[in-house]
Amino acid sequence: MTNEIKQKSKFNKMLGEFWIVFVFLAIYLIFVIMEPLCFSLPFWSSTFNYMSEVLILAVGVMFVVITGGIDLSIGPVEGCVNVLAALAIKALVPLLGPALSIIIGVIVALATGALIGAINAFVITKMKLAPFIATLGMSVILTGLGYVFCNGLEVVGLPNEISTVGTYQLFNFLGTTTLVAFLVCLVFGLILRNTRFGVHTYAYGSNAESTTRVGINTTGHLFRVYILCSTLAALAGMTLMFRFKTGSPLAGANVTLYAIAACVIGGTSVMGGTGKMTGTLIGSLIISILVTGLVMLGVQTYWQQVATGIIIIIAVYSDQLRRRRDETV
Amino acid sequence: MAEPILKATGVRKHFGSVVALSSIDFELNAGEVMGLVGDNGAGKSTFIKVLSGVLRRDGGDIILKGQHVDFKSPKEAMDAGIETVYQDLALAPHLPIYSNMFLGREIMKKGILGKMGVVDKSAMRDEVGERLSKMKTRLNSVNQLVGTLSGGQRQAVAITRAIGWGKEIVIMDEPTAALGVKESRQVLDLIMDIKGHGISVIFISHTIPHVMEVTDKIHVLRLGESVVHLNTKDTTYEEVVQYITGSKS
Repeated sequence: MTNEIKQKSKFNKMLGEFWIVFVFLAIYLIFVIMEPLCFSLPFWSSTFNYMSEVLILAVGVMFVVITGGIDLSIGPVEGCVNVLAALAIKALVPLLGPALSIIIGVIVALATGALIGAINAFVITKMKLAPFIATLGMSVILTGLGYVFCNGLEVVGLPNEISTVGTYQLFNFLGTTTLVAFLVCLVFGLILRNTRFGVHTYAYGSNAESTTRVGINTTGHLFRVYILCSTLAALAGMTLMFRFKTGSPLAGANVTLYAIAACVIGGTSVMGGTGKMTGTLIGSLIISILVTGLVMLGVQTYWQQVATGIIIIIAVYSDQLRRRRDETV
Repeated sequence: MAEPILKATGVRKHFGSVVALSSIDFELNAGEVMGLVGDNGAGKSTFIKVLSGVLRRDGGDIILKGQHVDFKSPKEAMDAGIETVYQDLALAPHLPIYSNMFLGREIMKKGILGKMGVVDKSAMRDEVGERLSKMKTRLNSVNQLVGTLSGGQRQAVAITRAIGWGKEIVIMDEPTAALGVKESRQVLDLIMDIKGHGISVIFISHTIPHVMEVTDKIHVLRLGESVVHLNTKDTTYEEVVQYITGSKS
C-alpha cells in the first residue's frame, strides 16, 4: 500500500467516523437559517430536556444491540414502572412522608426494570427465543400491565417535591433529567470503552461462539446486559415521572424505536460487534433536535418521524458503503 | 524413558447409535509435534473435542501430566494446560489483536480501578507486542482489528494466543486448510517455532506433506479407531496414505 493510498484511507476513515457530526451540524444550520431563535439557550435547554429520555434508553439498548440482540420492551418498561412507582409513592406518602416515599418509589421502579431485564434474558438464553420475539412479547405484556395497574387512568396527585426536583435547572439551562442523562452517557461510555464488561459485550456481538470457547460465561453476560438495558429504561421512566409529576401507562409509547434509531444513526451495527457511545449521543441529539427544531418552525411534529426514518436509511446505507470501501482498500 | 505428557487409552464416544470413537489409544510426549491424520469421519475432530473439553467421553481414560482428567468444559481443559486453535479460529473480528489475545483473561488495572473491572490496555498491548515479536510474526500494529487481517495473520494471532499462556499442549485443527501457499508456509514456520519453545503440539491436517514436514510422530485414525503410531522420519507419504485409506493396516 503506498503512502498516498494509506493517507487517503485514513482520511476516509476519519470522514466516516465524523460524518454523523456533519449531518447534525447541517440539520442545525438549516433550522438556524429558517428560524434564528434556534440559536439560543432556551432552544438547547428544551432539546436537551427532550433528549434525556431518548438518550438514557439509547445507552441501555446500545449494549444489547452491540451483542447482536434487540430489546423492543424498553418503552413499555418505562410506562409500566412509571405507573408502579407513582402508585407506590402515592400509597406511602401518608406513612413515610414525601422524601422517603419518592426514594422507595424510584427503587421499586429500578428493581422492577432489573427484574424485567432478567426475565427477557431468561427467555432468550434458556428458552432460546430470538431477542426480537422475546422482547416483543414482553413489550405487549408490559403495555397491558401498565393499564391494568392504573385501571387505564393516569396516576396523579403525587407530592410537589417530585416536580421541584424534576423542573430544577442548573444555571437556568440544564434540567435535572438532562444532567442525569449526560451522567448515564458518560459513565456507561467509560464502562463500554474501558472495562472487561465492555470488551465482552463487543466480543459476544462479534463472535458469540468464540466468546464462549475462551471460557467467558456468555449466558451470565447476556443476563447482565439485558438487566442493564431494562434498568436504564426504568430510569428513563423515572425522568418522565419527575418531569410531568404523573404516572402514565402512556409514558414511553413510541420511543422504543427512536432509541434504537439513535444507536443505529450513531453507527452501532444491528449485526453486533460495533458501536460507540459518542455516536449514540449524536444520534440522540439528531432525533431530539428534529423534534424541537420542527416545533420552532411550526411544522407538524409528525414530520419528525418522516425525517428520522429518512436519516436512519441514509445512515445505514452510508455505513454499508464505508464498509465495502474499507474492504476494497 | 519419560512419562508422556498426555496419554489416552480406550477412549470411546458415541452420539446415540452412531459410534464416533470406538477405541483411541494415544500418547504425546513433552515438546513433541504429533500429526493426527485420518479420512473424513475417522474421528479426529471428535477426539480433539474430547481432549479440549467440548465433548465428554463415554469411556476410556485420559491422563494428563500423571493425573486422570475428565473435562466438563473448554475452560477446565484450558486451566489444565490444553489450548485449542479451532478451524474457525474462534476470534472476534471486530476486536483488535490485543483484545483477542487476552479475551477472557484481561489484564486489569491495579487497585480500585481493577476491582471496578477496568482493563489495563497498555499492559496488554505491550505484552502482545512482545509475544508476537518472539513468534517472528509480522503485523502492523497490535491495535489492528482482527477482521482486517489476512487468513495467515489470523492463524498467527490464534496460535500466538494459544501458546501465549505458557501451556504445555496446543491442539491445532486444520490450521492450513483455508490458506494459500504463502500463508500456509507462515503457519508451518509458526509450528516449528512453537516446538522450539518446548510446547507439545497436536497437528490435525489432511495435507500430508505439511504433516510430514513439521511432525515428529504421526497417529493415524480410521473409523473411530487408532490404526498406527508412526515415527515421521521412519515413514513415507505413501505409507501414511495407505494407513489412512485402509489399504495397509
